[in-house]
Amino acid sequence: MPADRTSSPAPGGGGATSTAVVDVSAARAALRDVPHEPGAPKPDPIVVADGIRRTFGGLTAVDVAHVEIQRGVITGLIGPNGAGKTTFFNLLTGFDRPDQGDWSFNGKSLKGVPAYRVARSGMVRTFQLTKVLSKLTVLENMRVGATGQQGERLLRAMFAPFWRGQERANTEKADALLDRFLLIKKREDFAGSLSGGQRKLLEMARALMADPELVMLDEPMAGVNPALKQSLLGHVKSLRDEGRTVLFVEHDMDMVRDISDWVIVMAQGQVIAEGPPHSVMGDQRVIDAYLGSHHDQDLSVESVDLENQILAEVEAEIAGGQPPAADEQAEPAATPGDQRG
Amino acid sequence: MDWHSIFSQALQQGLGPVAAVYCLAAIGLNVHFGYTGLLNFGQAGFMAVAGYAMSAFVATWGLSFWLGSLVGLVLCAVLALLLGVPTLRLRADYLAIVTIAAAEIIRQTVGSVSLLKYFGGQDGLQSFNATFNDLNPFTGSVGIPGVVSWRPYDFWTLVVCWVLAALCCLVVWALMRSPWGRVLKGIREDEDAVRSLGKNVYAYKMQSLMIGGLIGGLAGIMSALQHSAINPSFFATDTTFFAYTVLLVGGAARVLGPVVGTIVFWFLLSFLDLFFGEATSGTNPLIPDWLMDSNQASLMRFVFMGLALMLLMVYRPQGIFGDRRELALDAR
Ligand SMILES: Nc1ncnc2c1ncn2[C@@H]1O[C@H](COP(=O)(O)OP(=O)(O)OP(=O)(O)O)[C@@H](O)[C@H]1O
Ligand SMILES: [Mg+2]
Repeated sequence: MPADRTSSPAPGGGGATSTAVVDVSAARAALRDVPHEPGAPKPDPIVVADGIRRTFGGLTAVDVAHVEIQRGVITGLIGPNGAGKTTFFNLLTGFDRPDQGDWSFNGKSLKGVPAYRVARSGMVRTFQLTKVLSKLTVLENMRVGATGQQGERLLRAMFAPFWRGQERANTEKADALLDRFLLIKKREDFAGSLSGGQRKLLEMARALMADPELVMLDEPMAGVNPALKQSLLGHVKSLRDEGRTVLFVEHDMDMVRDISDWVIVMAQGQVIAEGPPHSVMGDQRVIDAYLGSHHDQDLSVESVDLENQILAEVEAEIAGGQPPAADEQAEPAATPGDQRG
Repeated sequence: MDWHSIFSQALQQGLGPVAAVYCLAAIGLNVHFGYTGLLNFGQAGFMAVAGYAMSAFVATWGLSFWLGSLVGLVLCAVLALLLGVPTLRLRADYLAIVTIAAAEIIRQTVGSVSLLKYFGGQDGLQSFNATFNDLNPFTGSVGIPGVVSWRPYDFWTLVVCWVLAALCCLVVWALMRSPWGRVLKGIREDEDAVRSLGKNVYAYKMQSLMIGGLIGGLAGIMSALQHSAINPSFFATDTTFFAYTVLLVGGAARVLGPVVGTIVFWFLLSFLDLFFGEATSGTNPLIPDWLMDSNQASLMRFVFMGLALMLLMVYRPQGIFGDRRELALDAR
C-alpha cells in the first residue's frame, strides 16, 4: 500500500491555474473543418466583424466584408505594408472609428465603444510603434496595466490603506511577468531607457497585467533579436495554453508559420485569403498581393520562380544603373548560380 | 551698501504673502502641467473667478465671506468643466489656446463698464476682508527679530497662505504616490498607451484640471485678501507666466518644486531690485551714472532674472528639484 501512495499523482487542480479553461486541441481541431476562404465562419468566434470600412480621404484603408476570429487559438494577420492591418486593429479596439460597419466581441457589439471600455472588456492591444511610459519605471509601467484598482479612484487614492494590499498583489504579478519576459533586472529603470526590443517586451508584458481574454499584438517581434524571438514565441504559445486568444500582426513569415493556428491575409484593405499557415502561404492570391507591392518577404522562398524573378530584376537594375566599373571590387554582380552557392 | 537691509527685505519678499500666493498658483499648475501634461495657460482665469466671486459676494452683495469663497471654488470647478469638455479630447495645444483666451475673457469681463456695479470696472473692489482681518491673531510687527519682519496683516495672510500651500502639497503628495497619480503621469507620457490599458483618460484629465483649478482658485482668493483689494490687473497673462516660472525654477512634477521655486524666484527678484536700487542711488553710487541711472535700475531685475532663468534652463533644465535621469530620456 505505501507504494500506492507514493505513485499516486498530486491532488488534481495543481496545473489548472488559468481562469477560462479552453481546450486548445479542441479549438484547433474545430478549425480543421473551416473552409479556406476569406470571411469563413468559425465554430466559436470571439470577434466577428461585418462590413467595416475606413477611408482616409480618397484612400480606402480598410474594407473588410466579414471576418471572424476563433476563440482560444493564435491567429496571424499578415499582409504587405499599407495593407490596413494596423488601421483594422485601431478600428477593432476603438482607437479609430470606421465610416461604416459593425463588430462584436464575445457577442457584444463594440460599435462606438470608447477604447478604454474595449480594453476593460478583455480585448487588450499593443502598438506597432511601441508606447511605453518613458518617465515611469518599468515596474510602474506594469502596475498601470492592472485593472480594477481601488487606488485609481480619486477619493480613495489619497488614503493608502484602501489600495496597499491590492498594490502588493499587483507588484507580485508584475514581477512574475517581468521575470518571464527577461526584464526583471530593469525593474527599477525608467522605461524610456529601454532599448527598442525591450520596449516591445515591456509592452507585451504590460498588456498581460490586465489578464485579457484576447491579446492583440501589432508586430511584437519587430526589433527583437533572434534568440529572444524563440523564447517570445514560447510565451505567445503559452498565452494560448492559458486559454487566451491571440491575434497578431507580423511580417516575419517564419514566426507566422511557426505559431499561428490560422492566418488571415489582408491586402489593400481587404481580407484576401484565410486558412492554416501552410495553405495560405502557397496561395497564389497571397503571393500576388506581396509581389504586387514589391514586397520581398521570406514568402518568396515558397516559390523558386518568384525568387528567380526578383533576382533577375535586381540584376537588371544593377547592370542598368551602374556606370562601367573602374576596378575589380566594384563588380560583385556574379551569375545567379554563384550567388546561390 | 546696506547688505543686511537688502537681505532682510529680499527674505521678506521670498517668504512673504506674494510668494505664498504664487506658490499656490504654481502647485495647481504642477498638477496640470507637471503631472498630467496639461498645458493650462489660464491659471490667472481660475484665480480671477474665485477671487472676484469672494470679493463681490462680500463687497457688492454684502454676503458671507465664507459663502463667497466656497462659491468661488465651485465656480473654478465649473470653469474647469467648461474648458475641459471641448478641449480635453483634442490635442494638448488646444487646451493651451482655449485657457489663455478664457483667462483674458474673464479678465475683460470683470473689468468691463457694463458690469461696473458688480465688479467695479478697472478699479475693482475693496473692503471685503473684514471677516478675514477679524480672525488675525497677530499684533505689532511679527517675524524673526533682527532678521526679517512683517506687518501683522501681511504676516497673517502669509501664515494662512503657507498653511494652505502645505495642505495642498500634502494632498498632491498623497495623490501622486497613489495609483491615481500613476495614471496621471502615464497620461502625461502617452495617453493612448494608458487608454489601451482600460483607463478613462478623459475623466482623469478632467479631474486633474479641476483639482489644479481649485488650487488656483485658492491662490486667487488669497491674492485678493493679501492686497485687501482686487482689480483686473492682478490677473493679467503674466501672472500665469510667473507661476509657470516658479514651477520650472523649482522643478515640475516634484511635490515641493513650487515651494522652493517661489521662494527662490521672489527672493532673487527683490534682491536684484534692491541691489541695483542701492547701487545707483546716492551722491557717489557704486555703479556710475553714465552706466546706469536709478530709473534704469528698477528694470535691471527683470534683465538679470531673465539671464538667470536662461542659465538655469541651460545648466539645470529640470529645475532645482528635478531628476537629471528623467531629462536624459528626452534625448532618446
Ligand atoms: N491617419 C491616417 N491618415 C491617412 N492615411 C492613413 C492613416 N492611417 C493609415 N493610413 C493609410 O492607410 C493604409 C493602411 O495603413 P496601415 O498602417 O493600416 O498599414 P499596415 O498594414 O499596418 O502596414 P505595415 O505593415 O507597414 O504596418 C496606408 O496606405 C496608410 O497610408
Ligand atoms: Mg502596421
